[in-house]
Amino acid sequence: MTEIIPIGPYHPLQEEPEFFRLHVEGEKVTRVDIEIGYNHRGIEKLAESKSWDQVVFLVERICGICSTSHPAASVLCQEDIGGIEVPERAQYIRTIVCELERIHSHLLWLGLAGHFIGYNTVWMWCWKYREIVCDMLEKMTGNRQSYAMFKAGGVRRDVADEDVSWYRKELDKMKPALDLFKGAVMDDPVIHARTKGVGVLDMQHAVDYCVVGPTARASGIGIDVRKDDPYFAYEWLDWDIAVLPEGDVFAKTAVRILEMYESVKIIAQCFDKMKPGSVDARIKEIPPGEGIGRAEAPRGEVYHYALSDGSNFPARYKVRAPSYVNIFSNEYACVGYEVADAALVLAAVDPCYCCTERVMIVDDSRGKSGTMNENELIALSQAKTKRIQEAMGL
Amino acid sequence: MTWKTIEKKIHEKLDSRIQSWYTHNPRRIYIDIAQEDIEDVARFLFSDLKARFIIASAVDTPRGGIEILYHFDFARLPQVISVRIFVMKPELKTKSIASIIKGAEWIEREIAELFGVTFENHPNPVHLLLPEDWPEGKYPLRRDQ
Repeated sequence: MTEIIPIGPYHPLQEEPEFFRLHVEGEKVTRVDIEIGYNHRGIEKLAESKSWDQVVFLVERICGICSTSHPAASVLCQEDIGGIEVPERAQYIRTIVCELERIHSHLLWLGLAGHFIGYNTVWMWCWKYREIVCDMLEKMTGNRQSYAMFKAGGVRRDVADEDVSWYRKELDKMKPALDLFKGAVMDDPVIHARTKGVGVLDMQHAVDYCVVGPTARASGIGIDVRKDDPYFAYEWLDWDIAVLPEGDVFAKTAVRILEMYESVKIIAQCFDKMKPGSVDARIKEIPPGEGIGRAEAPRGEVYHYALSDGSNFPARYKVRAPSYVNIFSNEYACVGYEVADAALVLAAVDPCYCCTERVMIVDDSRGKSGTMNENELIALSQAKTKRIQEAMGL
Repeated sequence: MTWKTIEKKIHEKLDSRIQSWYTHNPRRIYIDIAQEDIEDVARFLFSDLKARFIIASAVDTPRGGIEILYHFDFARLPQVISVRIFVMKPELKTKSIASIIKGAEWIEREIAELFGVTFENHPNPVHLLLPEDWPEGKYPLRRDQ
C-alpha cells in the first residue's frame, strides 16, 4: 500500500520548477523520485548559434541567483582554448564580483531556510543585509543581478579608485551582520533540534553521488575549485575553506555562514592588492580546439566544456551546473526522515532549478497519494518548529 | 596523492589501452581509449585512484559517430582528465558506468535522450530532461537530424 505526496511542480520553498515524489509510510519518507527538466531551455543548443562573446551573456541567463558563476566558467573555458593571459587587475575585479555574489546568494538561501522553519526575523535580517551586497554590485557593475561584467580576456568595466573607500565602508558593515547570523543560527537550540542529524548525507554517499560545493564540504569532502584549480586571483590571496563532517542540514548551513566570512576576507584583500593597469587583454578570436572552464559558484563547481572549430561560434557547448549533481543526492538524503523535514532537506543543497530544474508524497502503508502546495508544506514545517519550542518551554 | 604519482599509476595500469594522451596544458589532459574499455578505466580512476567524476559531455562528430568525454579530477589537484571514447553510428551503443559511479546516472540518461546513445545496463533508462511524450527517434543535439 502506497501513499504518494507530490511536492511541486514548484519547489514549495524556492518557487522554482521541480518535482519530487515522496514515498512515505506514515510520516517517514521511504523513497524519493526526482523529476527535473521542467525548465530545460536548450541553452547548449542555443549556444551553438551565438558568437563566443554572446555565449557569455547567454550563460549568464542560466541562473538568476549565481548569475556570474556561469560567465566565470565560460570565460575560463574560452581562455583555456586559446591559452589567453588575463591582466592582473581584471582577475582581482572578477574575484570581487564572484565573492560578492557568494555572500548575496548564501544570505538569500539562509533567509529562505529561516522562513521555512518559522524564523521570519532571520529571513528579514538576511535580506536586509543582502541589500548592502546588491548595492555594491550595482555600483561596480551597473546591475544588482546579471552583471555582464566578464568577457574572455578581462572585464567590461574598471573599478573607479575613488569608489574603493565606499566599497570598504560597506564591506565593513558585513562582519557584524555575519556575527549576528552566526549567533542566531549556531546558538539557537530550536534550530539545532530542527537541523542536526536531519538529512544526513554521509561522506561515502557524497562521493558516490559526486556532489560539489557546500553540500560536499558539509559531508567532510574538502573540495573547492578556488583552492584545487585556482583561477582568477584566488591563489594570490589568503583564505580558508570551511569543511564540516556531519553531512546534515545544520552542517550545510554552518558551512555557508563560515564561507561568507571568507568571502569578506577575500574581497578586502582584493582591494588591498589591486594595482592600476589594464582590465582587458583585447583578444581577437578563439582558435580551434577544446577547452574546460570551471568555477566555484555559491552552490559548487560550475563546469563548462566547449569545442571550437575556429569559427566565431562554438561547435559544441556543454554546461554542468552544481545543482545537477547535488539535487540527485536528495534521493538518498531525504530517506528515513519526516515529511516536515523533507522540504528542508531538499532545500539544504540550495538547489537551483533554473540551472537543473517538483514533490509528490506516496504513503506505502495506506495507498494514498496527494499533492502538497507551498503553504501546506511550510505550515507543516513551521508547526514542527512550534512543537519543539513548546517542548523546550520557549 | 601527487599528480606525478597518479600519472605514473595511470600509465602502469592503462598504457596498453590508451590510444592517445594529449596534454593541452599542465591542468588539462585528454586521453583517448577504445569504447569497450570505458568500464575498466572508469572503475580504475573512480574506485582505485579515488577520482571524482565531474560530468560526461557528448559531441556529434562528422566522423560517423558520437564522441563522449568523461571528465574526472582528483581532490586538491588542478588537473582534469577527460577520457574520450568514440561510439559508432548507427548502433550508438556503449556500456553504462552508472553501476560503478552513481553520479553518472543522470548524465547518461541525458546523453541518451539528447544524442540517441544507448547505455547498456543502465539502472533507470528513462527520460531526464525531455517530456515523456517526446517523439521516439528525435534527438535535439544530433547534427544529422
